[in-house]
Amino acid sequence: MIKLINVYKEYPRSGLALKNVSFHLRKGEFAFLIGPSGAGKTTVLRLIHMAEQPTDGEVRVSGYSSGRMKRRDIPKLRRRVGMVFQSFRLLRDRTAAENLAFALEVTGARRSEIKGKVQRLIAQVGLAARAGAYPEELSGGEQQRIALARALIHDPVVLLADEPTGNLDERASRGIFDLTRDINSAGTAVLMATHNLDLVRRYPQYRVIELADGAVVYDSVGETSEPNGVS
Amino acid sequence: MAYHSVREAMAAFRRAPGLAVLSAMSIGLSLFVLGTFGLVTYNVEVTLRSIERRVEVVAYLRDDVSAAQLEVLQNDVGSFPEVENIDHVSKFDAIRDAMQDLEEFREVFTDLEVNPLPASIEVQLKSEYRDPESVERVAELIALYPFVEDVRYGREWVEKIYQLRRLGGAVAAILGIAFAVVAILIIGTTVRMAVLARREEIIIMKLVGATDGFIRRPFLLEGFITGLAGGLLALLLTYGAYLAVNGSLIDLEWLPPLWAAAGGLAGGVLGLAASDAALRRHLITYA
Ligand SMILES: Nc1ncnc2c1ncn2[C@@H]1O[C@H](COP(=O)(O)OP(=O)(O)OP(=O)(O)O)[C@@H](O)[C@H]1O
Ligand SMILES: [Mg+2]
Repeated sequence: MIKLINVYKEYPRSGLALKNVSFHLRKGEFAFLIGPSGAGKTTVLRLIHMAEQPTDGEVRVSGYSSGRMKRRDIPKLRRRVGMVFQSFRLLRDRTAAENLAFALEVTGARRSEIKGKVQRLIAQVGLAARAGAYPEELSGGEQQRIALARALIHDPVVLLADEPTGNLDERASRGIFDLTRDINSAGTAVLMATHNLDLVRRYPQYRVIELADGAVVYDSVGETSEPNGVS
Repeated sequence: MAYHSVREAMAAFRRAPGLAVLSAMSIGLSLFVLGTFGLVTYNVEVTLRSIERRVEVVAYLRDDVSAAQLEVLQNDVGSFPEVENIDHVSKFDAIRDAMQDLEEFREVFTDLEVNPLPASIEVQLKSEYRDPESVERVAELIALYPFVEDVRYGREWVEKIYQLRRLGGAVAAILGIAFAVVAILIIGTTVRMAVLARREEIIIMKLVGATDGFIRRPFLLEGFITGLAGGLLALLLTYGAYLAVNGSLIDLEWLPPLWAAAGGLAGGVLGLAASDAALRRHLITYA
Protein backbone atom coordinates (compact mmCIF):
# COMPACT_ATOMS: atom_id res chain seq x y z
CA MET A 1 0.00 0.00 0.00
CA ILE A 2 2.81 2.36 0.99
CA LYS A 3 6.22 1.26 -0.03
CA LEU A 4 9.60 2.94 0.15
CA ILE A 5 12.17 1.13 -1.98
CA ASN A 6 15.85 2.04 -1.45
CA VAL A 7 14.98 5.69 -1.02
CA TYR A 8 17.66 8.36 -0.89
CA LYS A 9 16.88 12.00 -0.30
CA GLU A 10 19.46 14.71 -0.66
CA TYR A 11 18.76 18.34 0.13
CA PRO A 12 20.85 20.91 -1.73
CA ARG A 13 22.56 22.44 1.29
CA SER A 14 22.26 19.84 4.05
CA GLY A 15 23.32 16.69 2.27
CA LEU A 16 21.73 13.25 2.60
CA ALA A 17 18.60 13.29 4.76
CA LEU A 18 17.66 9.67 3.92
CA LYS A 19 19.97 6.83 3.03
CA ASN A 20 18.64 3.67 1.45
CA VAL A 21 15.35 3.65 3.36
CA SER A 22 12.99 0.78 2.62
CA PHE A 23 9.82 -0.32 4.35
CA HIS A 24 6.35 -1.44 3.49
CA LEU A 25 3.29 -0.24 5.37
CA ARG A 26 0.32 -2.49 4.83
CA LYS A 27 -3.32 -1.61 4.53
CA GLY A 28 -4.78 -0.84 7.94
CA GLU A 29 -1.43 -1.12 9.73
CA PHE A 30 -0.33 1.13 12.62
CA ALA A 31 3.33 2.12 12.81
CA PHE A 32 5.42 4.49 14.88
CA LEU A 33 8.28 6.31 13.20
CA ILE A 34 10.88 7.19 15.82
CA GLY A 35 14.37 8.51 15.98
CA PRO A 36 16.31 11.54 17.21
CA SER A 37 15.77 15.01 15.89
CA GLY A 38 17.05 15.35 12.34
CA ALA A 39 16.86 11.59 11.71
CA GLY A 40 14.56 12.09 8.71
CA LYS A 41 11.07 11.33 10.04
CA THR A 42 9.40 14.40 8.56
CA THR A 43 11.24 13.80 5.30
CA VAL A 44 9.75 10.30 5.08
CA LEU A 45 6.23 11.66 5.63
CA ARG A 46 6.72 14.41 3.03
CA LEU A 47 7.92 11.88 0.51
CA ILE A 48 4.81 9.77 1.07
CA HIS A 49 2.68 12.90 0.66
CA MET A 50 4.63 13.65 -2.54
CA ALA A 51 5.62 17.06 -1.24
CA GLU A 52 9.17 15.93 -2.04
CA GLN A 53 10.61 13.67 -4.70
CA PRO A 54 13.22 11.05 -3.74
CA THR A 55 16.70 11.71 -5.11
CA ASP A 56 16.98 8.01 -5.78
CA GLY A 57 14.75 4.98 -5.20
CA GLU A 58 10.99 4.86 -5.38
CA VAL A 59 8.02 5.77 -3.22
CA ARG A 60 4.76 3.95 -3.96
CA VAL A 61 1.51 5.11 -2.44
CA SER A 62 -1.84 3.52 -3.16
CA GLY A 63 -1.12 2.76 -6.81
CA TYR A 64 0.92 5.91 -7.48
CA SER A 65 4.67 5.85 -7.94
CA SER A 66 7.03 8.78 -7.27
CA GLY A 67 8.88 8.22 -10.55
CA ARG A 68 5.86 8.13 -12.82
CA MET A 69 3.83 10.69 -10.91
CA LYS A 70 2.24 13.41 -13.03
CA ARG A 71 1.83 16.83 -11.50
CA ARG A 72 -1.90 16.77 -11.95
CA ASP A 73 -2.16 13.42 -10.13
CA ILE A 74 -0.70 14.82 -6.92
CA PRO A 75 -4.02 16.32 -5.73
CA LYS A 76 -5.69 12.93 -6.22
CA LEU A 77 -3.00 11.26 -4.18
CA ARG A 78 -3.30 13.86 -1.40
CA ARG A 79 -6.97 13.01 -1.04
CA ARG A 80 -5.98 9.41 -0.31
CA VAL A 81 -3.36 10.47 2.25
CA GLY A 82 -4.43 12.54 5.28
CA MET A 83 -1.81 14.52 7.16
CA VAL A 84 -1.60 16.24 10.55
CA PHE A 85 1.23 18.22 12.13
CA GLN A 86 2.54 19.21 15.52
CA SER A 87 1.38 22.77 14.82
CA PHE A 88 -2.22 21.86 13.78
CA ARG A 89 -2.23 24.25 10.79
CA LEU A 90 -5.82 25.44 11.03
CA LEU A 91 -6.89 28.66 9.34
CA ARG A 92 -7.25 31.23 12.09
CA ASP A 93 -9.96 33.30 10.47
CA ARG A 94 -12.34 30.36 10.13
CA THR A 95 -14.30 28.41 12.70
CA ALA A 96 -13.72 24.71 13.31
CA ALA A 97 -16.61 23.82 11.01
CA GLU A 98 -15.49 26.32 8.38
CA ASN A 99 -11.98 24.84 8.41
CA LEU A 100 -13.46 21.47 7.55
CA ALA A 101 -15.85 22.93 4.96
CA PHE A 102 -12.91 24.75 3.36
CA ALA A 103 -11.10 21.46 2.71
CA LEU A 104 -14.20 20.16 0.95
CA GLU A 105 -14.91 23.35 -1.00
CA VAL A 106 -11.43 23.63 -2.44
CA THR A 107 -11.51 20.05 -3.64
CA GLY A 108 -14.68 20.71 -5.57
CA ALA A 109 -17.22 19.03 -3.27
CA ARG A 110 -20.85 19.76 -3.99
CA ARG A 111 -22.25 22.36 -1.62
CA SER A 112 -25.20 20.12 -0.75
CA GLU A 113 -22.95 17.43 0.72
CA ILE A 114 -20.56 19.70 2.61
CA LYS A 115 -22.72 20.48 5.62
CA GLY A 116 -23.63 16.88 6.41
CA LYS A 117 -20.08 15.66 6.06
CA VAL A 118 -18.68 18.41 8.28
CA GLN A 119 -21.21 17.66 11.01
CA ARG A 120 -20.49 13.95 10.90
CA LEU A 121 -16.71 14.43 11.15
CA ILE A 122 -16.92 16.99 13.91
CA ALA A 123 -19.06 14.57 15.92
CA GLN A 124 -16.61 11.77 15.18
CA VAL A 125 -13.76 13.71 16.83
CA GLY A 126 -16.03 14.62 19.75
CA LEU A 127 -16.30 18.36 19.16
CA ALA A 128 -19.87 18.79 17.93
CA ALA A 129 -20.48 21.39 20.65
CA ARG A 130 -17.53 23.54 19.54
CA ALA A 131 -18.20 23.61 15.81
CA GLY A 132 -18.58 27.42 15.77
CA ALA A 133 -15.39 28.15 17.73
CA TYR A 134 -12.34 29.76 16.16
CA PRO A 135 -8.98 27.99 16.57
CA GLU A 136 -7.78 30.49 19.19
CA GLU A 137 -10.87 29.67 21.24
CA LEU A 138 -9.95 25.97 21.25
CA SER A 139 -7.37 24.12 23.35
CA GLY A 140 -4.41 22.53 21.61
CA GLY A 141 -5.97 19.09 21.93
CA GLU A 142 -9.23 20.36 20.46
CA GLN A 143 -7.40 22.03 17.57
CA GLN A 144 -5.59 18.79 16.83
CA ARG A 145 -8.94 16.97 16.78
CA ILE A 146 -10.20 19.39 14.14
CA ALA A 147 -6.98 18.88 12.19
CA LEU A 148 -7.54 15.12 12.38
CA ALA A 149 -11.11 15.55 11.19
CA ARG A 150 -9.80 17.58 8.26
CA ALA A 151 -7.24 14.90 7.42
CA LEU A 152 -10.04 12.33 7.29
CA ILE A 153 -12.32 14.39 5.11
CA HIS A 154 -11.71 12.40 1.92
CA ASP A 155 -11.69 8.99 3.65
CA PRO A 156 -7.95 8.44 3.17
CA VAL A 157 -6.29 5.02 3.13
CA VAL A 158 -3.55 6.30 5.40
CA LEU A 159 -3.10 8.98 8.03
CA LEU A 160 0.34 10.55 8.33
CA ALA A 161 0.88 12.21 11.70
CA ASP A 162 4.03 14.26 12.31
CA GLU A 163 4.43 14.49 16.10
CA PRO A 164 0.72 15.13 16.56
CA THR A 165 1.07 15.29 20.34
CA GLY A 166 4.28 17.33 20.36
CA ASN A 167 2.54 20.47 21.58
CA LEU A 168 0.11 18.79 23.98
CA ASP A 169 0.16 17.86 27.65
CA GLU A 170 -0.12 14.30 28.94
CA ARG A 171 -3.91 14.15 29.03
CA ALA A 172 -4.53 15.83 25.68
CA SER A 173 -1.86 13.63 24.14
CA ARG A 174 -3.63 10.52 25.34
CA GLY A 175 -6.90 11.82 23.93
CA ILE A 176 -5.37 12.45 20.52
CA PHE A 177 -3.60 9.13 20.54
CA ASP A 178 -6.81 7.28 21.42
CA LEU A 179 -8.51 9.07 18.54
CA THR A 180 -5.85 7.91 16.08
CA ARG A 181 -6.32 4.36 17.39
CA ASP A 182 -10.06 4.68 16.73
CA ILE A 183 -9.31 5.94 13.24
CA ASN A 184 -6.98 2.99 12.73
CA SER A 185 -9.53 0.44 13.94
CA ALA A 186 -11.96 1.88 11.37
CA GLY A 187 -9.52 0.66 8.71
CA THR A 188 -7.21 3.61 8.03
CA ALA A 189 -3.49 2.86 8.22
CA VAL A 190 -1.53 5.22 10.48
CA LEU A 191 2.11 6.26 10.29
CA MET A 192 3.00 8.41 13.29
CA ALA A 193 6.31 10.17 13.75
CA THR A 194 6.88 10.75 17.44
CA HIS A 195 9.44 11.53 20.15
CA ASN A 196 7.12 10.12 22.81
CA LEU A 197 8.84 6.86 23.67
CA ASP A 198 6.54 6.23 26.66
CA LEU A 199 3.69 5.99 24.22
CA VAL A 200 5.64 3.61 21.99
CA ARG A 201 6.47 1.36 24.94
CA ARG A 202 2.89 1.37 26.17
CA TYR A 203 1.66 -0.14 22.87
CA PRO A 204 4.05 -2.97 22.03
CA GLN A 205 1.51 -4.44 19.62
CA TYR A 206 2.23 -1.61 17.15
CA ARG A 207 5.04 -1.66 14.68
CA VAL A 208 8.06 0.57 15.30
CA ILE A 209 10.38 1.87 12.59
CA GLU A 210 13.43 3.65 13.93
CA LEU A 211 15.53 6.06 11.92
CA ALA A 212 18.97 7.36 12.83
CA ASP A 213 20.90 9.75 10.69
CA GLY A 214 18.68 9.05 7.68
CA ALA A 215 18.83 5.26 7.81
CA VAL A 216 16.40 2.64 9.16
CA VAL A 217 18.18 1.14 12.17
CA TYR A 218 15.31 -0.89 13.56
CA ASP A 219 11.99 -2.19 12.22
CA SER A 220 9.91 -4.40 14.52
CA VAL A 221 8.36 -6.11 11.50
CA GLY A 222 11.86 -6.90 10.27
CA GLU A 223 11.39 -6.06 6.66
CA THR A 224 14.52 -4.02 6.15
CA SER A 225 16.28 -7.08 4.72
CA GLU A 226 13.75 -7.65 1.95
CA PRO A 227 12.93 -4.24 0.52
CA ASN A 228 11.60 -5.59 -2.75
CA GLY A 229 9.29 -8.18 -1.19
CA VAL A 230 5.82 -8.73 -2.58
CA SER A 231 2.99 -6.52 -1.42
CA MET B 1 -16.27 25.49 -8.53
CA ALA B 2 -16.93 28.74 -10.39
CA TYR B 3 -18.81 29.83 -7.31
CA HIS B 4 -15.74 29.28 -5.15
CA SER B 5 -13.49 31.29 -7.50
CA VAL B 6 -15.85 34.25 -7.68
CA ARG B 7 -16.44 34.24 -3.94
CA GLU B 8 -12.73 34.04 -3.14
CA ALA B 9 -11.87 36.81 -5.62
CA MET B 10 -14.57 39.04 -4.11
CA ALA B 11 -13.35 38.20 -0.62
CA ALA B 12 -9.86 39.29 -1.68
CA PHE B 13 -11.22 42.68 -2.76
CA ARG B 14 -13.15 42.99 0.48
CA ARG B 15 -10.13 42.08 2.60
CA ALA B 16 -7.87 44.66 0.95
CA PRO B 17 -10.04 47.18 -0.91
CA GLY B 18 -7.29 49.83 -0.66
CA LEU B 19 -4.81 47.61 -2.44
CA ALA B 20 -7.31 46.71 -5.15
CA VAL B 21 -8.23 50.35 -5.79
CA LEU B 22 -4.60 51.44 -5.71
CA SER B 23 -3.48 48.88 -8.24
CA ALA B 24 -6.47 49.44 -10.52
CA MET B 25 -5.61 53.15 -10.42
CA SER B 26 -1.94 52.61 -11.18
CA ILE B 27 -2.84 50.37 -14.07
CA GLY B 28 -5.42 52.89 -15.18
CA LEU B 29 -2.84 55.68 -15.18
CA SER B 30 -0.23 53.75 -17.10
CA LEU B 31 -2.81 52.64 -19.64
CA PHE B 32 -4.06 56.24 -19.76
CA VAL B 33 -0.65 57.33 -21.07
CA LEU B 34 -1.07 54.62 -23.65
CA GLY B 35 -4.61 55.77 -24.43
CA THR B 36 -3.54 59.38 -24.89
CA PHE B 37 -0.82 58.26 -27.19
CA GLY B 38 -3.28 56.07 -29.07
CA LEU B 39 -5.53 59.09 -29.49
CA VAL B 40 -2.67 61.21 -30.83
CA THR B 41 -1.48 58.45 -33.12
CA TYR B 42 -4.97 57.92 -34.42
CA ASN B 43 -5.42 61.61 -35.18
CA VAL B 44 -2.03 61.90 -36.84
CA GLU B 45 -3.06 58.90 -38.90
CA VAL B 46 -6.36 60.51 -39.88
CA THR B 47 -4.58 63.72 -40.88
CA LEU B 48 -1.89 61.91 -42.83
CA ARG B 49 -4.52 59.91 -44.64
CA SER B 50 -6.34 63.08 -45.70
CA ILE B 51 -3.07 64.54 -46.94
CA GLU B 52 -2.25 61.32 -48.67
CA ARG B 53 -5.57 61.37 -50.43
CA ARG B 54 -4.22 64.36 -52.27
CA VAL B 55 -1.23 62.40 -53.48
CA GLU B 56 -1.68 62.16 -57.22
CA VAL B 57 0.32 61.59 -60.35
CA VAL B 58 -0.15 64.32 -62.97
CA ALA B 59 0.75 63.54 -66.59
CA TYR B 60 1.08 66.60 -68.82
CA LEU B 61 0.14 65.87 -72.42
CA ARG B 62 1.62 67.22 -75.62
CA ASP B 63 -0.57 69.73 -77.42
CA ASP B 64 -0.85 67.49 -80.46
CA VAL B 65 -2.41 64.54 -78.62
CA SER B 66 -5.44 63.15 -80.44
CA ALA B 67 -8.76 62.25 -78.84
CA ALA B 68 -8.12 58.58 -79.72
CA GLN B 69 -4.69 58.63 -78.03
CA LEU B 70 -6.15 60.27 -74.98
CA GLU B 71 -8.78 57.58 -74.73
CA VAL B 72 -6.16 54.81 -75.03
CA LEU B 73 -4.15 56.45 -72.26
CA GLN B 74 -7.16 56.79 -69.98
CA ASN B 75 -8.23 53.20 -70.58
CA ASP B 76 -4.73 51.85 -70.05
CA VAL B 77 -4.00 53.80 -66.90
CA GLY B 78 -7.49 53.17 -65.56
CA SER B 79 -6.78 49.44 -65.69
CA PHE B 80 -3.60 49.69 -63.54
CA PRO B 81 -4.30 47.86 -60.28
CA GLU B 82 -2.94 50.85 -58.30
CA VAL B 83 -5.26 53.41 -59.84
CA GLU B 84 -8.43 54.54 -58.17
CA ASN B 85 -9.58 57.39 -60.35
CA ILE B 86 -8.53 59.48 -63.35
CA ASP B 87 -9.51 63.04 -64.20
CA HIS B 88 -8.88 64.62 -67.57
CA VAL B 89 -7.99 68.29 -67.44
CA SER B 90 -8.18 69.92 -70.89
CA LYS B 91 -6.14 72.97 -71.86
CA PHE B 92 -9.26 75.06 -71.35
CA ASP B 93 -9.89 73.56 -67.87
CA ALA B 94 -6.27 74.28 -66.99
CA ILE B 95 -6.38 77.95 -67.86
CA ARG B 96 -9.77 78.41 -66.21
CA ASP B 97 -8.53 76.78 -62.98
CA ALA B 98 -5.39 78.86 -63.11
CA MET B 99 -7.35 82.08 -63.50
CA GLN B 100 -9.53 81.10 -60.57
CA ASP B 101 -6.72 80.04 -58.31
CA LEU B 102 -4.25 82.78 -59.13
CA GLU B 103 -6.33 85.93 -59.16
CA GLU B 104 -3.27 88.18 -59.20
CA PHE B 105 -2.28 86.84 -62.60
CA ARG B 106 -5.76 86.92 -64.13
CA GLU B 107 -4.82 89.78 -66.40
CA VAL B 108 -1.68 88.08 -67.59
CA PHE B 109 -3.76 85.06 -68.64
CA THR B 110 -6.46 87.15 -70.30
CA ASP B 111 -3.89 89.01 -72.40
CA LEU B 112 -2.38 85.84 -73.80
CA GLU B 113 -3.15 84.94 -77.37
CA VAL B 114 -2.39 81.27 -77.12
CA ASN B 115 -3.09 79.07 -74.12
CA PRO B 116 0.35 78.10 -72.74
CA LEU B 117 -0.94 75.52 -70.28
CA PRO B 118 -0.88 71.85 -71.27
CA ALA B 119 -3.74 69.41 -70.96
CA SER B 120 -3.19 66.73 -68.34
CA ILE B 121 -4.61 63.69 -66.66
CA GLU B 122 -4.65 63.52 -62.85
CA VAL B 123 -4.32 60.03 -61.48
CA GLN B 124 -5.43 59.18 -57.91
CA LEU B 125 -4.04 56.00 -56.38
CA LYS B 126 -5.77 53.52 -54.13
CA SER B 127 -4.89 54.06 -50.47
CA GLU B 128 -2.77 50.91 -50.25
CA TYR B 129 -0.61 52.13 -53.19
CA ARG B 130 0.30 55.57 -51.90
CA ASP B 131 3.78 54.54 -50.79
CA PRO B 132 6.81 56.03 -52.57
CA GLU B 133 7.66 52.95 -54.65
CA SER B 134 4.16 52.45 -56.02
CA VAL B 135 3.74 56.13 -56.85
CA GLU B 136 7.05 56.18 -58.65
CA ARG B 137 6.27 53.00 -60.57
CA VAL B 138 2.96 54.37 -61.83
CA ALA B 139 4.62 57.65 -62.79
CA GLU B 140 7.30 55.82 -64.77
CA LEU B 141 4.76 53.68 -66.60
CA ILE B 142 2.75 56.72 -67.64
CA ALA B 143 5.90 58.52 -68.79
CA LEU B 144 6.47 55.75 -71.36
CA TYR B 145 3.61 57.01 -73.56
CA PRO B 146 5.11 59.16 -76.34
CA PHE B 147 2.41 61.83 -76.16
CA VAL B 148 3.06 62.35 -72.46
CA GLU B 149 5.27 65.37 -72.14
CA ASP B 150 6.09 65.16 -68.46
CA VAL B 151 4.96 63.37 -65.28
CA ARG B 152 4.91 65.05 -61.90
CA TYR B 153 4.11 63.90 -58.37
CA GLY B 154 5.03 65.33 -55.02
CA ARG B 155 7.98 63.01 -54.54
CA GLU B 156 9.25 64.65 -51.33
CA TRP B 157 5.76 64.81 -49.94
CA VAL B 158 5.06 61.20 -50.60
CA GLU B 159 8.29 60.18 -48.94
CA LYS B 160 7.83 62.48 -45.94
CA ILE B 161 4.34 61.31 -45.26
CA TYR B 162 5.45 57.75 -45.53
CA GLN B 163 8.32 58.31 -43.10
CA LEU B 164 6.13 60.18 -40.64
CA ARG B 165 3.69 57.34 -40.59
CA ARG B 166 6.39 54.74 -40.04
CA LEU B 167 7.91 56.81 -37.26
CA GLY B 168 4.49 57.18 -35.63
CA GLY B 169 3.97 53.44 -35.80
CA ALA B 170 7.37 52.70 -34.27
CA VAL B 171 6.98 55.21 -31.43
CA ALA B 172 3.49 53.89 -30.69
CA ALA B 173 4.78 50.33 -30.58
CA ILE B 174 7.69 51.17 -28.26
CA LEU B 175 5.62 53.25 -25.86
CA GLY B 176 2.86 50.66 -26.01
CA ILE B 177 5.22 47.90 -24.95
CA ALA B 178 6.81 50.06 -22.25
CA PHE B 179 3.54 50.95 -20.59
CA ALA B 180 2.13 47.46 -21.00
CA VAL B 181 5.19 46.22 -19.09
CA VAL B 182 4.54 48.79 -16.36
CA ALA B 183 0.94 47.61 -16.10
CA ILE B 184 2.05 43.97 -15.99
CA LEU B 185 4.55 44.69 -13.20
CA ILE B 186 1.90 46.48 -11.16
CA ILE B 187 -0.63 43.70 -11.53
CA GLY B 188 2.04 41.08 -10.92
CA THR B 189 3.00 42.79 -7.66
CA THR B 190 -0.62 43.02 -6.59
CA VAL B 191 -1.20 39.35 -7.20
CA ARG B 192 2.06 38.44 -5.51
CA MET B 193 0.95 40.35 -2.42
CA ALA B 194 -2.41 38.63 -2.59
CA VAL B 195 -0.69 35.26 -2.84
CA LEU B 196 1.54 36.04 0.15
CA ALA B 197 -1.41 37.33 2.16
CA ARG B 198 -3.15 34.01 1.58
CA ARG B 199 -0.12 31.79 1.89
CA GLU B 200 -1.66 29.77 4.72
CA GLU B 201 -4.79 29.08 2.73
CA ILE B 202 -2.79 28.01 -0.30
CA ILE B 203 -0.72 25.64 1.85
CA ILE B 204 -3.87 24.10 3.29
CA MET B 205 -5.39 23.83 -0.17
CA LYS B 206 -2.36 21.90 -1.38
CA LEU B 207 -2.37 19.83 1.77
CA VAL B 208 -5.93 18.61 1.33
CA GLY B 209 -5.57 17.94 -2.38
CA ALA B 210 -6.96 20.99 -4.22
CA THR B 211 -5.92 21.06 -7.87
CA ASP B 212 -3.56 23.75 -9.16
CA GLY B 213 -6.33 25.10 -11.34
CA PHE B 214 -8.61 25.45 -8.36
CA ILE B 215 -5.96 27.27 -6.37
CA ARG B 216 -5.05 29.58 -9.22
CA ARG B 217 -8.47 30.49 -10.52
CA PRO B 218 -9.48 33.03 -7.84
CA PHE B 219 -6.16 34.84 -8.28
CA LEU B 220 -6.50 34.87 -12.06
CA LEU B 221 -10.01 36.25 -11.74
CA GLU B 222 -8.75 38.88 -9.31
CA GLY B 223 -6.02 39.92 -11.76
CA PHE B 224 -8.47 40.04 -14.64
CA ILE B 225 -10.97 42.20 -12.76
CA THR B 226 -8.24 44.55 -11.50
CA GLY B 227 -6.82 44.91 -15.00
CA LEU B 228 -10.24 45.42 -16.54
CA ALA B 229 -11.05 48.12 -13.99
CA GLY B 230 -7.72 49.77 -14.84
CA GLY B 231 -8.50 49.53 -18.55
CA LEU B 232 -11.92 51.13 -18.13
CA LEU B 233 -10.47 53.86 -15.94
CA ALA B 234 -7.84 54.57 -18.60
CA LEU B 235 -10.55 54.77 -21.22
CA LEU B 236 -12.50 57.21 -19.09
CA LEU B 237 -9.43 59.37 -18.46
CA THR B 238 -8.53 59.36 -22.13
CA TYR B 239 -12.05 60.41 -23.05
CA GLY B 240 -11.82 63.16 -20.45
CA ALA B 241 -8.56 64.37 -21.99
CA TYR B 242 -10.18 64.25 -25.42
CA LEU B 243 -13.14 66.36 -24.25
CA ALA B 244 -10.80 68.85 -22.59
CA VAL B 245 -8.59 69.32 -25.62
CA ASN B 246 -11.01 68.88 -28.49
CA GLY B 247 -12.37 72.14 -29.87
CA SER B 248 -10.48 74.40 -27.49
CA LEU B 249 -6.90 73.61 -28.56
CA ILE B 250 -7.25 71.54 -31.70
CA ASP B 251 -9.89 69.49 -33.41
CA LEU B 252 -9.57 65.82 -32.65
CA GLU B 253 -11.40 62.72 -33.65
CA TRP B 254 -12.37 60.21 -30.94
CA LEU B 255 -11.00 56.69 -31.29
CA PRO B 256 -13.01 54.21 -33.35
CA PRO B 257 -15.14 51.98 -31.07
CA LEU B 258 -13.04 48.92 -31.85
CA TRP B 259 -9.86 50.64 -30.62
CA ALA B 260 -11.60 51.80 -27.46
CA ALA B 261 -13.06 48.38 -26.72
CA ALA B 262 -9.72 46.69 -27.40
CA GLY B 263 -8.00 49.17 -25.07
CA GLY B 264 -10.37 48.46 -22.19
CA LEU B 265 -10.19 44.73 -22.71
CA ALA B 266 -6.40 44.86 -23.01
CA GLY B 267 -6.35 45.87 -19.34
CA GLY B 268 -8.20 42.69 -18.42
CA VAL B 269 -5.97 40.51 -20.55
CA LEU B 270 -2.85 42.16 -19.11
CA GLY B 271 -4.22 41.48 -15.63
CA LEU B 272 -4.78 37.84 -16.46
CA ALA B 273 -1.31 37.43 -17.96
CA ALA B 274 0.40 39.19 -15.06
CA SER B 275 -1.44 37.06 -12.49
CA ASP B 276 -0.54 33.94 -14.38
CA ALA B 277 3.14 34.90 -14.39
CA ALA B 278 3.10 35.83 -10.69
CA LEU B 279 1.40 32.55 -9.78
CA ARG B 280 3.87 30.50 -11.77
CA ARG B 281 6.64 31.98 -9.67
CA HIS B 282 4.93 31.61 -6.30
CA LEU B 283 2.77 28.50 -6.22
CA ILE B 284 5.27 25.84 -7.04
CA THR B 285 5.93 24.31 -3.63
CA TYR B 286 3.99 23.75 -0.47
CA ALA B 287 5.64 24.02 2.89
N1 LIG C 1 13.72 21.64 3.19
C1 LIG C 1 14.92 21.21 3.62
N2 LIG C 1 16.04 21.72 3.07
C2 LIG C 1 17.25 21.28 3.47
N3 LIG C 1 17.43 20.37 4.42
C3 LIG C 1 16.37 19.83 5.02
C4 LIG C 1 15.06 20.23 4.65
N4 LIG C 1 14.18 19.52 5.40
C5 LIG C 1 14.94 18.74 6.21
N5 LIG C 1 16.24 18.92 6.00
C6 LIG C 1 17.34 18.20 6.65
O1 LIG C 1 17.09 16.82 6.54
C7 LIG C 1 17.40 16.16 7.74
C8 LIG C 1 16.17 15.39 8.25
O2 LIG C 1 15.19 16.32 8.64
P1 LIG C 1 13.76 15.92 9.13
O3 LIG C 1 12.95 17.14 9.27
O4 LIG C 1 13.22 14.85 8.27
O5 LIG C 1 14.09 15.31 10.55
P2 LIG C 1 13.09 14.83 11.70
O6 LIG C 1 13.43 13.42 12.00
O7 LIG C 1 11.69 15.12 11.30
O8 LIG C 1 13.51 15.75 12.90
P3 LIG C 1 12.60 16.33 14.10
O9 LIG C 1 12.40 15.20 15.05
O10 LIG C 1 13.44 17.40 14.70
O11 LIG C 1 11.34 16.83 13.50
C9 LIG C 1 17.90 17.22 8.69
O12 LIG C 1 19.32 17.20 8.67
C10 LIG C 1 17.41 18.51 8.12
O13 LIG C 1 18.31 19.56 8.37
MG1 LIG D 1 10.16 16.39 11.98
